[in-house]
This record gives sequence, C-alpha cells and structure tokens, in this order.
Amino acid sequence: MTADAQVAQHRPPQSEGSREIVTSILRVLVPILLALIVGGIILLILGKDPLAYYGYVVKRGLLTWGGLQETLTRMSPLLLIAAGLIVAFRAGIWNLGGDGQFLLAAVITAALAPALVGVVPKLVILVACMIASALVAALWAVIPAILKARYGINEIITSLMMSFLGISFANVLIKLCFWDPSTTVPQTRTLPVEDRLPRLFDTTIHSGVLIALAVVVLVHLMMTRTAFGLKLQVVGANPAAAVHAGLNVAWLTIATFTLSAALIGLGGSVEILGVFGTVRADWNPAFGLLVVPLVFLARFNGYAVIGFTLFFSALMIGGDSAARRIGVPQHFVLVLVALLLLFLAVVEYLDHQRRKRIGA
Amino acid sequence: MDVLLNEAFLTTLLFGAVTAGVPLLLAGLGEQISEKAGVLNIGIEGMMLFGAYAGFVAAYYSGSFALGFVAGGIGGALVAALVVLLCIRFGLNQIVIGIAVTLGMEGLTALLHYFQFSKTYPRLDQAPVWALPFLSDIPVLGRALFSHNPIVYLAILLMIALGWLFRATYVGLNLEAAGNKPAALDAAGVSVVKTRAFAVLATGFLSGVGGAYMANVGAGLFVPFMTGGAGFIGIVLAMLARGKPVWVLLGAALFGISLAMTTALQVAGINIPTDVVQMLPFAMVMLVLVIFARHSVLPPALGLPYVRGER
Repeated sequence: MTADAQVAQHRPPQSEGSREIVTSILRVLVPILLALIVGGIILLILGKDPLAYYGYVVKRGLLTWGGLQETLTRMSPLLLIAAGLIVAFRAGIWNLGGDGQFLLAAVITAALAPALVGVVPKLVILVACMIASALVAALWAVIPAILKARYGINEIITSLMMSFLGISFANVLIKLCFWDPSTTVPQTRTLPVEDRLPRLFDTTIHSGVLIALAVVVLVHLMMTRTAFGLKLQVVGANPAAAVHAGLNVAWLTIATFTLSAALIGLGGSVEILGVFGTVRADWNPAFGLLVVPLVFLARFNGYAVIGFTLFFSALMIGGDSAARRIGVPQHFVLVLVALLLLFLAVVEYLDHQRRKRIGA
Repeated sequence: MDVLLNEAFLTTLLFGAVTAGVPLLLAGLGEQISEKAGVLNIGIEGMMLFGAYAGFVAAYYSGSFALGFVAGGIGGALVAALVVLLCIRFGLNQIVIGIAVTLGMEGLTALLHYFQFSKTYPRLDQAPVWALPFLSDIPVLGRALFSHNPIVYLAILLMIALGWLFRATYVGLNLEAAGNKPAALDAAGVSVVKTRAFAVLATGFLSGVGGAYMANVGAGLFVPFMTGGAGFIGIVLAMLARGKPVWVLLGAALFGISLAMTTALQVAGINIPTDVVQMLPFAMVMLVLVIFARHSVLPPALGLPYVRGER
C-alpha cells in the first residue's frame, strides 16, 4: 500500500454535521473565555480594572485605524514563523530553534539590503534578501536535521542549541562585521524607507503581510493536498510505518527541517525589509516560542492559524500601549497566552473523555 | 598569556564559573530525573523563574537565605504540580504544557515584580559563605572553589547521591522502568503515574532551588526573565549526560566557565564581545555531536503519556 493511500484511509470523515462545527467552535471559545476570566481575576488582585484593560486592548489593537494597521503589520513575521512550524510539527519534527533562525536571517537581510541599494533595482534587492535569508536560516537547520535523520539525535536539544548559537552569532556579525560606522550603538546600516517593502495603498501596512498570508495558505495546501505533504504527515504520525511504506524518511526529515527554517528565516527577512530596515545588537523579539502555542491552538491548520495570529497580534499591540496607558506591563499578555494554552489543553482533555464515554 | 594566568583572573573565572554553573547543575540534575522517568520537562525554565521569584521574596522578607532556598524549591515544585496534573495525570502534550508553563511564569513573575519591586528594586545582603576548612586555604583554588554558599556543596553531594540512587536502588530502577517500559513497571505493581509525578516534583524542587540561587546568591535581587535560558541549557545538559549525573556536572562546569569568561576577561583587561564567548560551549557541544555522532540514548517512552491498557 502506498503511503498516500494509508493517509487517505486515516483521514477523518469529511462532514459530521453542524454539531461537529459547534463543538469545535466551543472548543476554542471556552478556553479563550476562561483565560480572559482568570486573567481578569489576576488583574483584580493586582488592583487594576480588568474591563478597562480588555476594553483598551481591543480598542487599541483592533478598533482604531492606527492600531489595526500595527496589528496587521505585526502579523507578517508571526504568520511566517507559524508556517515554518506547521511544516515541521505536522511531520513530527520539533523545530524549537526558531529564534536563532529568525534573527540570523534578519541580520543577513539587514547587512545585504543597504549594500545593494543603488547597485541593483529595488525589486531585485527585496527578492535577493529574502532568498539569501531563507537560505541562511535553512543552512542553520542543516546540522540538527542531519543529526536527527542520520543518528536519531533529538532535534529539540540540537535546534535549541543552534538557536542560542544563532542568537549570539547574529550579535557577533553585527558587532564585528556589519557595524554601521556612523552609529555609536552597534547596529547594521539602515535600509532607506523608500527601498523597503512597498506599503499597501495609503496605509502603514507593508506588503510582507500579503507574502505571509500567501505562504501560510500555500503551506496548508502543500501539507494537505500534495503527495509531499501527505508523506510528511505519515512520517509525523508514525516514522516506523513510513519506513515500511517505502518512504525515504531521512531525506524527508532533512527537507522538512530546512524548509521549516527557511520559512522562519523569511519571516525575519520580511520584518527587516518591511518594518525596521536595520538590526540593532541584542535585539531579539523572541517570537519563536510565542508562536508555538498559536500553532497548537490552530491544530496545525493554516487557515485557523491566521485567525489566532490576528487575535494574538492585536493582544500584543494593544497590550503594549496598555502598558503605558493603564499601567499593566505587557508581560500580562504572556500570562494570558499561557492560561489560554492550559485551558485549551484541559478542554481538549474533557472533550476527549466525553467522546470516550459516549463513543468507543 | 601571562595576563590570563594571574591570580585575579583565575579567581574571578573559577568563582564565577561556580556561581553560574550551580543553577545549571541543579536544573540539569532535576531534568535528568524527569527524563529518566520518561517525562520531557520543557517547563523547567518556568519552574526556575518562579523558584527565583519565590526564593527572593522569602529571603527578602524573612532575612533568611536558608528559608529562601526552601521557598524557591517549594515554588518550583508548585509549578511542577501543575505539570503533574496536566501531563502525567491527564496525559496532555508535554511540550505544549511545558511551553505554556514557561511563558506563564515569565509573565507572572514579571508582573508580580512590576507591582512589588519595580520602584524600589530591593537587594539582599551578601549571601553567607562557608569556607571549607583547609581546602579554602589553597591559593587561588581555595577562594574560587571552596568558599561558597552551602547550597553549592549540597548540589555536589546531591549529584553523588543521585548517581547512587540511579545505580543501586529500587527508586532508580522504578524511574528507569517508567521511562523505558512503563507497562512493565505497571505490571510489576508500581504506579507509573506516581513514579513520574514524584520525578517531576523533584525536578521542580531542584530547578526552583537553582532559580533561588541565581536570584539570592548570584544576583542578590530578582529581575524579570533573569533565568535567561538556563532551564533550556539544563535540558540540553540532561540529554547530553545520558542518564549519568557526573556528566551533568561536567557540562555545567563547561557552560559555567564560558559564562564567567566574559567578566574574567574584563578583569584581565581584554575586551571581546560577550557573544563570542557565549557561543563557545554551544559550538563545542555541537562539534562533539557532529564528530562523535552516536545514537542518542533517551528513554523510549520519553514525552509519551502513559495510559493503562492502551496499545
């Protein structure tokens, strides 16, 4: 039997009626509500008004034009990281080295782009930077990938180590190779605003958001509709079975790992080309670990991840200004995300128990 | 090279290596217990951080360093209890919950710190030091290695005790069985859930103490996000140590030395970017892995929940 046929057999039935849809919406809404309630209680204990805080976050993150633009802009790195994680996680590969891959890619773009200005056309600069950054990020994942594929060495440790290594190395590159001599604080040369990713219409949103959305959708289609994606899912579900089905698991592992890193690297590149234009030493947004929960919430589904990313970006942007206006530090967002994950897991568990009781 | 061999440099380096290495040692030993029992404890960073916070608060208000360590341990164990409930009892995904715990504790401790200490930034006094008799009189080494807070010597004793525990006791056998073949342990009449629960609680306690050491002895104050990845380094150490506590000590020493190298080089008047030095231990470990790549030895049931009768 081919791998594809095996997967096809194991795919859940397409439609189980509207009840199924209601339960899956509840499975997401209930944890969100619970997280907001418990978070609100924490705010009350700290002597802050939860309704004022939540209201402000929603208003600032979604309902004001400026805030909404910031939220949508913030989505692009998060979506690209999510795309990278979906590829890896669906194949059962725990690429937790996202931060290093993201940062190295960002530095490569920040070093390359200003140097190319005036040498080649703008479009070429943008494309070249994205490709170079994605390649470097992929390269950074090659060692963990080979160690995993060839010797079965746990990729969590190796990708984490490469991540620490990558973060330090990115700083070394800035301080020793790409330090803009006209600045006192170490940072790369700055890409002029007019050479960055074009803005969408009259907004401050850069076109990287469109790239990110397209990539997430493509990744989702690749994982669910192509032979390659289905092979990866078999590897993820049961590597031993994948070997028996005649799949080249070692090669697939390396391909997945590097593809995952490349997409995350693309995220780093787009963030620089669209927003910052430069990387300062010791800058590390540490998006990698933050996106992992979103990808799980979305159950590795590319479309669902778009929704969660919007929610989370709004929370980040709103939380940032709430820190200044209401005096609740933005770290509260971390607490909310953690609560969300915990409740999601618990609801999932209860749902699973319920199914076991009524079902099999 | 003379400048690298003078007394001030060596003392700073080794003393700093111990201070930086002890939390890693405690975290690594803790993680090793969990991993033996088949639990991949990604939340260890969160446990350390909450231990650091709880330990600092206790030491600050009571004035007792000993109480600070106990509180740090209990704080870490409390966080671990959450992991026990969700991952061991309910069998939920250990990586997801681990990340949730880490993010949550990062946020919670930063929040608490903001409301309690961000205006005053209180500091603790110098932590008490036990200079070991005779040994502390050795030039250079005496001051660098044998004049530390008692918790340092306890951590070394713990390392030895764990080696014995793993090798020669039923507790060690049970732990190993819980990670290698949980069904067999269950069949032998020992509860897999309980064994793993105790393992994770022990991990939480040890990493909490490690966190408290970072705050109370290393820094003298609590700063948000102060563990800065020490928990993840602990995971790396435990995985590389292949179940042998003494290897955790060697790893912690290696990482401790490179963390301390930056300060020591400044003492010696050499300025190179901290990042270069910080890359060294990771680069070294990756190099070793690439050159001597062997199949990693991890318990087969690592990361998998145990549900009686399934499969």
